Amino acid sequence: MEQRVRVLVAKPGLDGHDRGAKVVARALRDAGFEVIYTGLRQTPEQIAEAALQEDVDVIALSLLSGAHNHLFPRIVELIHGTGMTDVMIIGGGVIPDSDIPFLKEAGIAAVFTPGTPTTTIIDYIKTNR
Amino acid sequence: MNNESLKLKVAEYTAKVDKASAKFPERKNIEYNRLYTPLDLEGLDYEKELGLPGTYPFTRGVQPTMYRGRFWTMRMYAGFSTAEESNKRYRYLLESGSTGLSCAFDLPTQIGYDSDDAVSEGEVGKVGVAIDSLADMEILFDQIDLGKVSTSMTINAPASVLLAMYIAVAEKRGISVDKLKGTIQNDILKEYAARGTYIFPPKPSMRLITNIFEYCSQHVPNWNTISISGYHIREAGSTAAQEIAFTIADGIAYCEAAIKAGLDVDDFAGRLSFFWNAHNNVLEEVAKFRASRRVWAKVMKDRFGAKNPKSWMLRVHTQTAGSMLTAQQPENNIVRVALQTAAAVMGGTQSLHTNSKDEALALPTEDSVRVALRTQQIVAYESGLADVVDPLAGSYYVEAMTNQIEAEAWKYIQKIDDIGGAVVAIEQGYIQREIQDSAYKWQKEVENNDRIIVGVNKFQIEEKPVEGLLRVDATVGELQKKKLANLRAKRDTVAVNAVLATLENACRDEDFNLMPIIIKAVKTYATLGEICGVMRKVFGEYQAHATL
Repeated sequence: MEQRVRVLVAKPGLDGHDRGAKVVARALRDAGFEVIYTGLRQTPEQIAEAALQEDVDVIALSLLSGAHNHLFPRIVELIHGTGMTDVMIIGGGVIPDSDIPFLKEAGIAAVFTPGTPTTTIIDYIKTNR
Repeated sequence: MNNESLKLKVAEYTAKVDKASAKFPERKNIEYNRLYTPLDLEGLDYEKELGLPGTYPFTRGVQPTMYRGRFWTMRMYAGFSTAEESNKRYRYLLESGSTGLSCAFDLPTQIGYDSDDAVSEGEVGKVGVAIDSLADMEILFDQIDLGKVSTSMTINAPASVLLAMYIAVAEKRGISVDKLKGTIQNDILKEYAARGTYIFPPKPSMRLITNIFEYCSQHVPNWNTISISGYHIREAGSTAAQEIAFTIADGIAYCEAAIKAGLDVDDFAGRLSFFWNAHNNVLEEVAKFRASRRVWAKVMKDRFGAKNPKSWMLRVHTQTAGSMLTAQQPENNIVRVALQTAAAVMGGTQSLHTNSKDEALALPTEDSVRVALRTQQIVAYESGLADVVDPLAGSYYVEAMTNQIEAEAWKYIQKIDDIGGAVVAIEQGYIQREIQDSAYKWQKEVENNDRIIVGVNKFQIEEKPVEGLLRVDATVGELQKKKLANLRAKRDTVAVNAVLATLENACRDEDFNLMPIIIKAVKTYATLGEICGVMRKVFGEYQAHATL
C-alpha cells in the first residue's frame, strides 16, 4: 500500500489569521493527505523541528502579516539545514505578485494567493511530488 | 386583514412558482423564503419587539433621531510603519473629513513585544504602527488635539498599557483625562476564539479587563472600555447569526466577571460597545444589526437587571468585511464596499470603517483610502439612506429575518450557557469548531459554484499585475531598534526598575487594580515589552490547542 502523503500546515510569525490555513488543512485531509496543523505563532525553528519530528513530505506555510519575505526564506534555510532537502515547501496568504519570484528563488515551490481554490493546491501537491 | 384569504392565495402562489426554483441553479445557498407577506409577521407585537428609536428594546436604533441628529462617525482604521508615518496618515485623514481616529498596531505591539525582541523580526510596522514606549505614543498623536478627537485603538491583550500611554500623553499636555473620548478593543475572548493576539490565560485577562472597567468608570467616564467584537468571528468564517450570538455570549461573560469583581452593572454597562462586520448580503446584515440590539437589550434588562437605559443599548462600530474583498479585479471591491456601507447605515451603526479596494493585496494606499472614505460620504450626503430612521422597518422580509436571526442567536446563547459560559465554550473549542465548520462550508460552496463570487469563480478575466501597492519600508525594524536603544540609554533606569518591581507585586495581589501602576510605569518610559514581560512572568501565557 502506498504511504499517505504527510503535510505540515504551519503558521509562522505572529499573525493570527488562520481561517485560510484551517480551511486548506481540512481540504487536504478530505483529499486523503495526512495533515498536521501547528497552530498559531510558530517560530521558524519550531516549524523546522515539527517537520523533522513528523517526517513530513510537504510543508504548507500560511502568512497574512506581510512578513513572508523575512520568514519564508528563513524556514527553508532551517529545513534544508536539518537535511530534509526533498521536502516540498509551499506558501499562501496576502502576498503581492511582485514578491513571488523572490520567494521561489528562496526555495518556496509555489505561492497561492487569495481566491485560490483548495483543489488547485491539492492538484499541485499530487502532481509535483 | 383577512388572513384566511391571504393564506389561500399564498399557498396557490407557492404551488405555482415552486417549479420555477430549479431555474436558479447557481443560487442554491439562499437560506430565506422566496416571498414574505404579512403572514410571516403574525403575532409580532410592535411596541414590545420594535418600539420607537431610542427606546427599549432599541430594535430601531439607539438614538431617537439617528442620522437626522448627526451622521455616524467616519472612522478609518489606519497605522503602519513608525509613529511618524502613521501620524502623517492620521492628519491626512482628519483633513479629508474623517471624524474619528482608529489606530492599527503592528503584531509585536498587539502581543506585547518590543521591536527589538527576537520574535518581532520581520513583523515590525507591517500590519500597523510599532509602539514600544510612551515616546512613540507622543509622536503618534503629535499635533492632534486629544481633548477633541475620539480615538479607537485595536488593542486587546495589552490594552491596559496602550490606554495608560494615551492617558499619559493627555496628562503631559495638560488635557483633563475626563475629557478623553475613544475606545479600546480590549476583547480577549474573541482573540482566543478567532483573532489570535492573546497573551495571558483567561483568568488574569478577565481581571485586567475588569480593572479597566473600574478605573475608567471613575476617571475616564467617556471612554468605551471594550469593543466586544463579532467582526473577527465573522471574518474567521461564521454566519451572521453566529457572529452576534458568540459576541453577545462574550459580552455576558464580561458582565459576569465584572459583577463578580464587585462592580454594579449600571456603573460599567453604559461604556460597553460592540463591533460588527458589514458583510455582502445587504438585507441580512440590516436584520442582523436590528436583531443584535434587541437581544442585548433583553440580556441587560432581564438577565442582569440593569436599570439605566444606557446599559441596555448596543452601540456599535462597524467595518466592512475584509474577507469579502477579492484580489481578482480589485476595482470591483469599491462596489462591494458601497453595498456593505449601505447595510451598515440602514442597520444603524454608530461609526464605520470602510475597507479599501487593494486590501486583499496589501495595506491600502492614500488614494484608495480616500475612495473608501468618499464611499461613506456619498452614502451619507447623496444616497438618502441616512435620511429616515431605520428605513427598512416594516418590510415583511427584514422583520421576519430580524426575528429569525434573533431566534438563532438565542439558541446559541442557550447552548453556550449550558456548556458553562463563553470562557468554557472557548476553552473546549466549541465556538472555534462552529466557526470553522461555517468557513469550510462557505469555501465548499464557492468551489462547487453554489456560491458565486464575481471575478473569482465566474466572470474571470486575465488578471493584470496591480501597480502602485503600498510597501512598508523594510528598514522600520532597524529604525525602531535604534529608537529603543536611545530610549534605554537616556531614561532613569532606577525609576523604571522600581516601578516594574511594584507592578510585579501588584500583579500577584488579585485585589489590586493594576491601571494606576501601569500609568506610572509608562510615564517612566518603561517599554511595552518590559511591562508585558512582568505580567507574563506572573500570569503565564495562554496555550491554545489547535482545533481542526
